[in-house]
Amino acid sequence: MEIVRTPGQLEKLRRSLSKERDPNQPCVTVCGGTGCRAYGSERVLEAFQVEKKAQTNRVNLRMTGCHGFCERGPLVVIQPRGIFYPGVKVEDVPQIISKTVEKGDIIDSLLYVDPTTGQKITYESEVPFYKKQGRLLLDMNGQIDPTSITDYIALGGYGSLSKVLSQMTPEEVIDEVARAKLRGRGGAGFPTGLKWRLTREAPGETKYLVCNADEGDPGAYMDRSIMEGNPHRVLEGMIIGGYAIGADKSFVYIRKEYPLAVKHLGIAIAQARGYGLLGKDILGSGFDFDVEIRLGAGAFVCGEETALMASIEGRTGEPRPRPPYPSQEGLWGKPTNINNVKSWANVPLIIEKGADWYVQMGTEGSKGTAIFSVVGKINNTGLVEVPMGATLCQIIFDIGGGIPKGKEFKAVQIGGPSGGCISKEYLDTPIDYESLTELGAMMGSGGMVICDEDTCMVDLARYFMTFVQEESCGKCVPCRVGTKAMLETLTRITKGEGQGSDIDYLLELAEAVKSSSLCGLGQTAPNPILSTLRYFREEYEAHIYDKSCPAKVCRDLITYEVLADLCTGCVVCARNCPTGAITGERCAPHIINQALCVRCGLCKGLCNFDAISVS
Amino acid sequence: MIHLTIDNQEIEVEEGTTILEAAQEKGIFIPTLCYHEALEPYAACRLCAVELEGKRGSRLVASCAYPCEEGAVIHTDSEMVRRSRRITVELLMASSEHLPLVKALAAQLGVAEPRFRLPPDDCILCGLCVRACRDIVGIAAISLLNRGMEKRIGPPFEIASNACIECGTCVLICPTGALKLEDITKEEKAIHRWGSPFDRRPCHICGDHDLEPHLSLGPHSILGEQTSGEE
Amino acid sequence: MADFSAKEVDDILNGQRDGTESSLILILGEIQERYHYLPRDALILVSQWLGIPLSQVYSIATFYNAFSLKRQGRHIIHVCTGTACHVRGATQVLDRFQRRLEIESGETTPDWEFTLETVNCLGACALGPITVVDGQYFGQMAASRVDKLLKEFGMERERA
Repeated sequence: MEIVRTPGQLEKLRRSLSKERDPNQPCVTVCGGTGCRAYGSERVLEAFQVEKKAQTNRVNLRMTGCHGFCERGPLVVIQPRGIFYPGVKVEDVPQIISKTVEKGDIIDSLLYVDPTTGQKITYESEVPFYKKQGRLLLDMNGQIDPTSITDYIALGGYGSLSKVLSQMTPEEVIDEVARAKLRGRGGAGFPTGLKWRLTREAPGETKYLVCNADEGDPGAYMDRSIMEGNPHRVLEGMIIGGYAIGADKSFVYIRKEYPLAVKHLGIAIAQARGYGLLGKDILGSGFDFDVEIRLGAGAFVCGEETALMASIEGRTGEPRPRPPYPSQEGLWGKPTNINNVKSWANVPLIIEKGADWYVQMGTEGSKGTAIFSVVGKINNTGLVEVPMGATLCQIIFDIGGGIPKGKEFKAVQIGGPSGGCISKEYLDTPIDYESLTELGAMMGSGGMVICDEDTCMVDLARYFMTFVQEESCGKCVPCRVGTKAMLETLTRITKGEGQGSDIDYLLELAEAVKSSSLCGLGQTAPNPILSTLRYFREEYEAHIYDKSCPAKVCRDLITYEVLADLCTGCVVCARNCPTGAITGERCAPHIINQALCVRCGLCKGLCNFDAISVS
Repeated sequence: MIHLTIDNQEIEVEEGTTILEAAQEKGIFIPTLCYHEALEPYAACRLCAVELEGKRGSRLVASCAYPCEEGAVIHTDSEMVRRSRRITVELLMASSEHLPLVKALAAQLGVAEPRFRLPPDDCILCGLCVRACRDIVGIAAISLLNRGMEKRIGPPFEIASNACIECGTCVLICPTGALKLEDITKEEKAIHRWGSPFDRRPCHICGDHDLEPHLSLGPHSILGEQTSGEE
Repeated sequence: MADFSAKEVDDILNGQRDGTESSLILILGEIQERYHYLPRDALILVSQWLGIPLSQVYSIATFYNAFSLKRQGRHIIHVCTGTACHVRGATQVLDRFQRRLEIESGETTPDWEFTLETVNCLGACALGPITVVDGQYFGQMAASRVDKLLKEFGMERERA
């Protein structure tokens, strides 16, 4: 590593690195995101390394960041043709090398089969999951090794920083970001350019920058994917932001539950320092800037900006009232600009291609792209990036591949525990900050959980309230006690102990907690209840008045039974039943003793003959 | 100087004044629980919430912490405010309706029975004791522990504190009397709740052993009622 | 996990890039990593070294889920109960663990072998429901696969 002292040197380095990347040389890229690693992609990579040593010809091998099509890991893509092999096993590796890499032959049996058409698809760009996306922030994830700064530079990385430091004033940078109408991707959508300007104009010499990488919404992992797969882009955005705002010190506050992202970020920071892109007199501009990592410690509330700052200062994550806003008084009382990972990642692109290009994407009020982690009852679980304005229908069905096992779509929960659900009547809604809020949901940080006919919406609301209750910091009365009161009510309802007055009580509490809570956690905690009541009131009423759970989820309202004509008497369920509730002789239909059954569902999971029914 | 309207009264205050301070200056009463003029605002009890008009509708803000802004229009006793206060008090009653303070608030706001119950607790987690010990006395012998419904106050490891200097500030500042100086022996007192033992000494002026500290915040000051001056 | 050693904690403290209050959570994280919990004496040492009140250090130790004040077992099981995993049946997986280990979430088995915890989203939702044991990811868990997983970590079936 050698310090790059001028924009000219950076450009020279980029050109020489780019030359080394022979575009025609086959390169095997293996997805190394957390998801694919859990599928075993590291062993696949090892197999490639072993195989590569055995070959005489040069085989390029690269482990990249998260490709996003998490349902089908481990993902292997052979560049430059983009030949796409999903679900690769270690045994497949030798023939991938000998046939595809050496000879350029496609291995038919390894190709992706489109479940709707039955067709085999060869190239990554043609896989429906990818084809219909508009990948901007995630585009590099498949092309670079995130632990290699040279990969990033070779593809143009840090070019925007170079441009900013040599050709733009801080005010010009802020103007450009403002003209691009970039809105905060942490969920609230506050205009980023405005926030930068406010921080810049706040009185005082010392200012700070923060990257909020505390992605706490369960089910959302876009930020993880960017931090793992392309941390340099985030760093570049932050350095540019620091220059624009006049801050020389910054922190990335990142969840401990993302060990790979933390590791890659640490490597990226060390490399950037090594090349002089962080530290003193960056690229000879006289601008100093550095980044430090601060880890979260398992508190969802620390995603809230004032709690986050308290945590960085070494205190508990208790929010404080605003004003003063962080841009006026933030870390240690100094003006601080806090932005989400995706907001920072957008910045180098805006500088590179210009605000005019950026505003062409998206809707009137929401420009650029949105990334959603589409999870739950969906065929193609993964990360979906689309221009703002794409519809839910496109995301869930065209890209997501619809609901598995032929089940009916019921609702999509957007925005995690702060968000709300949207029912099927609104699937054609173009997505942007305003449209989602109007429907009672929230962009949030972009987690999208798909629910089908087997999801109980009351149970879902109870799940989110349980989550909020566990994560509430406990400082203010409405959130601490109010969420407990709402949770208790919901729990009673799911147990068949609901009362007629419960729905009104929930609504009254929800309104009060929403308007009186100190911070965003409490203020948005009632949203799941409010939105499920809005679209699925009949489900609540069924639980309360009929003591029934239409989706057959709530344990106290369902019964498990053995279907005598399908039961083969294999005894597997009886042997495993934790309470010994199933009795029966071999080869004779079994019976479940309802008095002992705790509805754990184990028997149904074990039965190979579908002989257990739930009603 | 900042000009704003509180309860249809136009007033003028110095920059940096909070809404609560401005209201108090003009004799407009706003109830508080976790506020104390000797400490930085904490904004936890939400009882002091007032309605602030805005471009996209009104919202509730904690008057103890919200600064007066030019042209602001504020209502301290509107329907929105009363609804919020009633639920806040009702939620407090879940665990603390036996406290005279909470009873008095409930009576004033017309809240009858809480619809939700928790195990009884004298502590309402206003945090005054912790903040006073840390910011006035400078010892920080106690702190807030855990989070959510598990939140409580205590010394490290919840055993008798080494750092506590037995000054009694926490006892004085507690609005509910959850903290008491209790007799154990003639020469020893322990601060109830976290058992810090210490020796009692007679006052060097009058020789009295049995000083009973007075609560500086009684239900009366919190409810804004006139006291006869004997508290 | 070894027993608490003042020297080790001292090393952790001296190895900090930033020796201010701001690195408190990082320091506690390293101690937690080392001992699988935060020993009382370690907290006292940290408080003295950083010059911040012990009550603040203790407050932080109790506030954040990543820290445990109780000794933990040899194997730490994290069952993900994030939304995606929940919708795919994480409750049943957790239930099964609780039954087999005879402990509730947050507790450790009497023989100090297993500690059972829940975690809210590891970001690998495609493989839900996920369970992580000692950093190893087990995807597509179901109640019926719990016994086998426990066996891999040395727990034999008691029931016939």
